[in-house]
Amino acid sequence: MKELGKKVLAGDIRAASRLIRNLEDQIPNTHIAMQEIFNNTGNAHVIGITGAPGAGKSTLTDEFIYAFRQKDKSVGVLAVDPTSPFTGGALLGDRIRMLRHAEDKKVFVRSLATRCSMGGLSKAVGEGIHVMDALGKEKIIVETCGVGQQEVEIINHAHTVIVVLVPGMGDEIQALKAGLMEVADIFVINKADRDGAGKLYKETLNMVHMSKGAAADNSWNIPVLLVESVLEPHKFAESVDAIREKVEEHYQYLVDNNLLVERMRRKTAAEINEALWGAILQPVLNNLEKDGEIEKMVEQVLKKEIDPYTLADQIASKYVK
Amino acid sequence: MSERRIRILLAKPGLDGHDRGAKVLARCFRDAGFEVIYTGCHQTPEQIAAAALQEDVDVVGLSCLSGAHKYLFPQVAKLLKDEGAEDIVVIGGGIIPEQDMDALYEAGLKAIFTPGATLDSLVEWINKNITPRA
Repeated sequence: MKELGKKVLAGDIRAASRLIRNLEDQIPNTHIAMQEIFNNTGNAHVIGITGAPGAGKSTLTDEFIYAFRQKDKSVGVLAVDPTSPFTGGALLGDRIRMLRHAEDKKVFVRSLATRCSMGGLSKAVGEGIHVMDALGKEKIIVETCGVGQQEVEIINHAHTVIVVLVPGMGDEIQALKAGLMEVADIFVINKADRDGAGKLYKETLNMVHMSKGAAADNSWNIPVLLVESVLEPHKFAESVDAIREKVEEHYQYLVDNNLLVERMRRKTAAEINEALWGAILQPVLNNLEKDGEIEKMVEQVLKKEIDPYTLADQIASKYVK
Repeated sequence: MSERRIRILLAKPGLDGHDRGAKVLARCFRDAGFEVIYTGCHQTPEQIAAAALQEDVDVVGLSCLSGAHKYLFPQVAKLLKDEGAEDIVVIGGGIIPEQDMDALYEAGLKAIFTPGATLDSLVEWINKNITPRA
């Protein structure tokens, strides 16, 4: 498929999906299409949804799509599920919760496998967001794969992070731990009609208040919102629309306090890092691998004829002037 | 290093809630190293075609046990063709009578699997006939 970048800018869904696939597969020269679209990125509001497996992320995402569509916003979704560490295969099952939007031309759902990336996302998510953005999606929802305590990479990509909690996962000490519980801009307690939801609500509120004591006066007041009755569609839609309002409020807060730029700065630095890696180191590695040099080097180092550091210096002096 | 991986959409079109087979297949394809997008039961051909485009898959696998395959399978193939995506291979499975097969192949399906087909034979067919698009 040629001229992917131009096709994406023209709104071609399949070209967008293919471009994301080229990013996933790390196909050489994919950066050409990314160069073409780069100036058309940076307009969308990126919302991250994260939480444990089965917490209800996909079902909530489906309802968010509905809520945003009611406000006539176009929506892109990047839904991540895990890759098998044994076979490299994956079962991507988030989309099954979002079927009702399949024919809506203003909704684009793309499933991604982690490809064994460790942060709860796929390496292609960062650039995938740019693709959705260039396609003109106003709200981009990134649903992480089911995460534990430490997989918080979403903070490098989303402007607003929603952490979905469910009752029965542990006591208040769990709520005080570092990692996942620190990254929320909004807490959602899902399945709140279940036993233990009230306790979880109190613990989460306590935790939020503790961190608030140390923060500045105009800091964001992290809300803790309850969602129940997934089986009563109207009530469920109402609770999710209340979250949507908070999501919009948070975006406005970031804009008003010049914080959106701060969040973008973090991502941009990481992207430059990645691009440098791709432009400088990757071609060198490709060359060495093509000529079978790497194998020879491994032999040399194994035999202690040379150490890896001297070797790297030699290669560096050959390539870097 | 770059690496193309096969992507498959598995779907059950029409009024048919018998998805054990489709789930077994989804698991089997996962174990064969493919990326499987499983979208479940009760879908219209329009939903399936739209999902195939959004997901940039190589193959759409349709399962139907209700007897409506003669409409549903060709309809998915037609919608993909209308969108200029006839390069996405459509295959089907289920209780498909012998006398329906020709019409389905004519409508653009590339393979039909009936009861008794082994999981290995499906994986083998895909590995032999599908190259992830370059």
